[in-house]
Amino acid sequence: MAQTPRPRRAGGSFALRRVVRFAVSLAVLLVASFAMIHLIPGDPVRASLGPAAPVELVAARRAALGLDQPIPDQLLSYVRDVLGGEFGTSFISGEPVRDVIAARLPNTLGLALLATVVALLVAVPLGMWAAIRTENGRNRGTEAAFTTATGAAVAVPEFLYSIALVAVFAIGFGWFPPAGKGGPESFVLPILALAIAPTAMIARISRVETLRELGTDHIRLARAKRLPAARLYVRHVLPNTLTATLTVGGLLLTGLIAGSVLVEYVFAWPGLGLRIVESITQKDYPVAQGVILVYGAIVLAVNLLVDLLLGALDPTSALKET
Amino acid sequence: MIIKNLTVRFGAFTAVDDVTLEIPPGSIVGLVGESGSGKSTLARAVSGLVPYTGAVEGGDPRRIQMVFQDPSTSLDPRMTVGASVAEGLRLPRTARGPEVERLLSLVSLPAELAGRYPRELSGGQRQRVAIARALGARPELLIADEITSALDVSVQGSVLNLVRSLRAEFGLSMLFISHNLAVVRYVSDVVAVMHEGRLVETGPTEEVVGAPKEGYTRSLLEAVPRLGRG
Amino acid sequence: MRHLLRSPAGIAGTLLVTLMVILAIVGPPIWGAEAERIDSTAILQGVSAAHPLGTDNLGRDILARVLVAGRLSLALALLATLIGAGAGVVLGALPSVLPRRAARLVTGTVNALVAFPGLLLAMFTAVIAGLGARGAVLGIGAAVAPGFARLTQTLAASVAGADYVSAARMLGVSRWRVMSRHVLPNIAEPLILNLTQALGGALLGLAGMSFLGLGVQPPSFDWGRLLFDGFSRIYATPAVALGPAAAVALAGIGFNLLGDVLARAAARGSAPEAKATGRAVPDTGGIGEPDPDAVLEVRDLTVTFPGGVTPVRGLSLTVAPGEIVGLVGESGSGKSLTASAIGGLVPYPGEVSAGRLRLCGADLGELPETERRRLLGTSLAMVFQDPMASLNPALRVGGQLAEVAIVHQGASRTEAGNRAVDRLEHVRVPEPGRRARQHPHELSGGMRQRAVIAMGLMGEPRLIIADEPTTALDVTVQREILRLLRQVTDETGAATLFISHDIAVVGELCHRVVVMYAGRVVEELPVEELVSGAAHPYTRALVASLPDMETDRSLPLASIPGRQPSPAEVGGGCAFAARCELATARCAELPPLISYGTAHRVACWEA
Repeated sequence: MAQTPRPRRAGGSFALRRVVRFAVSLAVLLVASFAMIHLIPGDPVRASLGPAAPVELVAARRAALGLDQPIPDQLLSYVRDVLGGEFGTSFISGEPVRDVIAARLPNTLGLALLATVVALLVAVPLGMWAAIRTENGRNRGTEAAFTTATGAAVAVPEFLYSIALVAVFAIGFGWFPPAGKGGPESFVLPILALAIAPTAMIARISRVETLRELGTDHIRLARAKRLPAARLYVRHVLPNTLTATLTVGGLLLTGLIAGSVLVEYVFAWPGLGLRIVESITQKDYPVAQGVILVYGAIVLAVNLLVDLLLGALDPTSALKET
Repeated sequence: MIIKNLTVRFGAFTAVDDVTLEIPPGSIVGLVGESGSGKSTLARAVSGLVPYTGAVEGGDPRRIQMVFQDPSTSLDPRMTVGASVAEGLRLPRTARGPEVERLLSLVSLPAELAGRYPRELSGGQRQRVAIARALGARPELLIADEITSALDVSVQGSVLNLVRSLRAEFGLSMLFISHNLAVVRYVSDVVAVMHEGRLVETGPTEEVVGAPKEGYTRSLLEAVPRLGRG
Repeated sequence: MRHLLRSPAGIAGTLLVTLMVILAIVGPPIWGAEAERIDSTAILQGVSAAHPLGTDNLGRDILARVLVAGRLSLALALLATLIGAGAGVVLGALPSVLPRRAARLVTGTVNALVAFPGLLLAMFTAVIAGLGARGAVLGIGAAVAPGFARLTQTLAASVAGADYVSAARMLGVSRWRVMSRHVLPNIAEPLILNLTQALGGALLGLAGMSFLGLGVQPPSFDWGRLLFDGFSRIYATPAVALGPAAAVALAGIGFNLLGDVLARAAARGSAPEAKATGRAVPDTGGIGEPDPDAVLEVRDLTVTFPGGVTPVRGLSLTVAPGEIVGLVGESGSGKSLTASAIGGLVPYPGEVSAGRLRLCGADLGELPETERRRLLGTSLAMVFQDPMASLNPALRVGGQLAEVAIVHQGASRTEAGNRAVDRLEHVRVPEPGRRARQHPHELSGGMRQRAVIAMGLMGEPRLIIADEPTTALDVTVQREILRLLRQVTDETGAATLFISHDIAVVGELCHRVVVMYAGRVVEELPVEELVSGAAHPYTRALVASLPDMETDRSLPLASIPGRQPSPAEVGGGCAFAARCELATARCAELPPLISYGTAHRVACWEA
């Protein structure tokens, strides 16, 4: 009775609003990555080359980077360059940042995507199983084991899994290569290291969602119809839990891309993550700037895709959001 | 107080459409309608909680108070009853205690409830506290939005009796909103029927209930369940 | 705090966190000297008795260094969390007090930042602030802030939408005061409890930064830095990476488990504990012979929950074919649970016991499981209160109807689909063919409730249990649904058990009325006697307190003082005695349900 009627919106305008939001975020990201260099206290070129570098070299480098131009002009040319696919050149190696990204991005994305798929495939059934077993406080032992185990698994960061996996399966048993990208067997440990925590996370969400769903009236009614268990859970329960699970899955993918930085570092995986760490420690600012920009853009793009996908799957949930 | 040409739009949707309604001083106007008729939106607009076009004239808009449907959500769970009731009082600190006591006694609640928290009270008691809080602002108009819908029948009567006694003893003007025509009929001097955002019929209670002019009012009246009709 | 120690996760978390805090306090004074002692004779050693975790490149004992590093690791994490949480709460609270445009700007910024993984934000900040502990702390703080801002915003928005905030605004309370008096106190608890989780996250984030060489720099060392050193030697002496790795893992797990339990406690709030009282007294007198004609026969039905909470106490009920019986009572009277018990849908850990529970002449307690499922699946139709929730939003309406026939009657998909359309038409859903292909959200409330009734008609229902089927509907729609129920009962000869809190609706629809109070039947009477012939003081008061279209407006309405006892409070005597004008000393004893004229029974000593 107290509900205020909500104006109806067409699905198309929802997608449009999301794309506009994406574009605005991208613009903000662009300005932020530009500002990053300028926010560094002192002179980034001097910081990068060290106090012993001759003044002429620093000045020449500054001129080459356009740092002697007025700020608005710099921003303009920065944006023009980035839109043209030009990210500058490395202070250290002199190679174009564009080439660095082109060579390494596929390795990072491949790892993150595979880990997401693995996590979803394991976690959704696991969470449902736990929910069904622990419904209404049944099987308290299982519930305690599940929440404690997943809680602990979520809490351990990727780099610890990586180190443990390397120590045990690569160095200890010698089953898998400890580092580098080679054949399919070289993917196993990095994917595991990346996937364990998200699997635990998604399994928990899946359990909670399934429990919520099991408490609804339409499931009560489906139970009153005495449907066989498989039909009840797969046809009636699962579809209603997927929206929330996939939302979290999508968000975890962005987290995975970030987590891959550490995993790549441990496994010496030739991805962007390894490169960004090097660039920060070596004060190779053009590379750091370019790679952070690319990471940010990927995150925004993934979020946009998840939103659009969910909007298409479940029009009611898309309308609920602002 | 007069509501003049009040309209509320949410985007392209018109929730309240050009409603004009007079609430004569010291009388209870009952507003009845089904869900989505716009009656609650009208209440929120008149209370200033929802932006609207049109006007509310003939009184100080700051002295319009509202009592909500569910007393378990309309009282801050972390405030004592006394603190909630005192919130709207524009009085020096020392005068607040006695005033809270007076307000609680107006709604037939013992003064010692002032130190309790809402969760310690029954639904009917909570709704009385909400009414006492509204009365503290010395309202020129009290809006009651489905105030008995969340209550059990056995306590509903006492709240309705309170509503009537407040009008009789203090001449309080009230806009009483409910989906329940029998309840509206019992407390109201004037009944207004709302349908799809518009007022379809307004008149003295006996006329609207006894000899409805509009087809919609008649269908509402026919739908009222009656004991022992079967 | 008690609930912390109730789950293994809570115990483990509390234990680990306590351990970490103690380590941070006593670690440096006890092992500080040893952690710094350089021993050129013991450089880069592996595991030994003297050095359980080996030594580093200056011959310093790694175990001692791990124990000492706890303080710096925890202190930096705490600092980063406080910076992040402080900034986050301010950012999150601002939109509630700022003017509209500025508020939208802040909200938009927070929404954009939340999407970015913390590590990315931390690295961005670290590039600006430079390598080292300061950069890492600021970076992790920046990573913590958006999450807290979002949490504050969400919590504040839910409180800001509460009726009590609307009420305060109407009373002219200022925005700042609303924020400080209503919003912040109501969101403080979840925010504080979430600090623990954020602290765990910050600790892991800082360890990660140091591990990458971006955080703490020598000669300072935290766990991450020790791990950085150990990792470079992992091929030669894997054990040296073990100590710091275990420390980080245990700290992370401890804070997360504890944070988890605390966050859940915050979400749950304080639910009152049920009090245990005496057990239900079963109806005296035998349960007699089964009634062969009854569709439903219930004797001595009791539903118990752990702790002695008994919401249904020895209830007996008989429903004949073609009969509509109204089960009426106020909230908490046990009427809905009675319906669930008959349908076999009482949620765990509720326990149902009955002297007899017969449906269509078969004893449900004795039937083999498969037959029981078939009988309940086809002969019993249930209709619930909220038609919005009774249909699965993800499935088409037609499919949900059809599956009853597919599962229990072995019908093919086409047959079942056709029958579904036929049933929808039968309950007067317009354009049944098109509606069957639609999803529930495309139907109006009344139409959905019709679809649920049609679902019950897919089999050959002998009993329809309708639990408050019209409570969520408008009166005009309610009327149509009541008519439909009556029509369905007439046509199929099925019996209907109609459960409602609304005695007027029951009076209009039903043939017979069963009044429940505090888990027991207090009166059972033909509907014609409801208005003037009721004998139980509760029934009489209920009828008198209900205003109808003929109520004398010059007289005050009747109302019943006091409230119904909760299922945990019901004692041995008449549960209504405390509110009853007629109560005497005798009412301390439970009155039996005895005959009172024809087809009329009442449980009252004074009736």
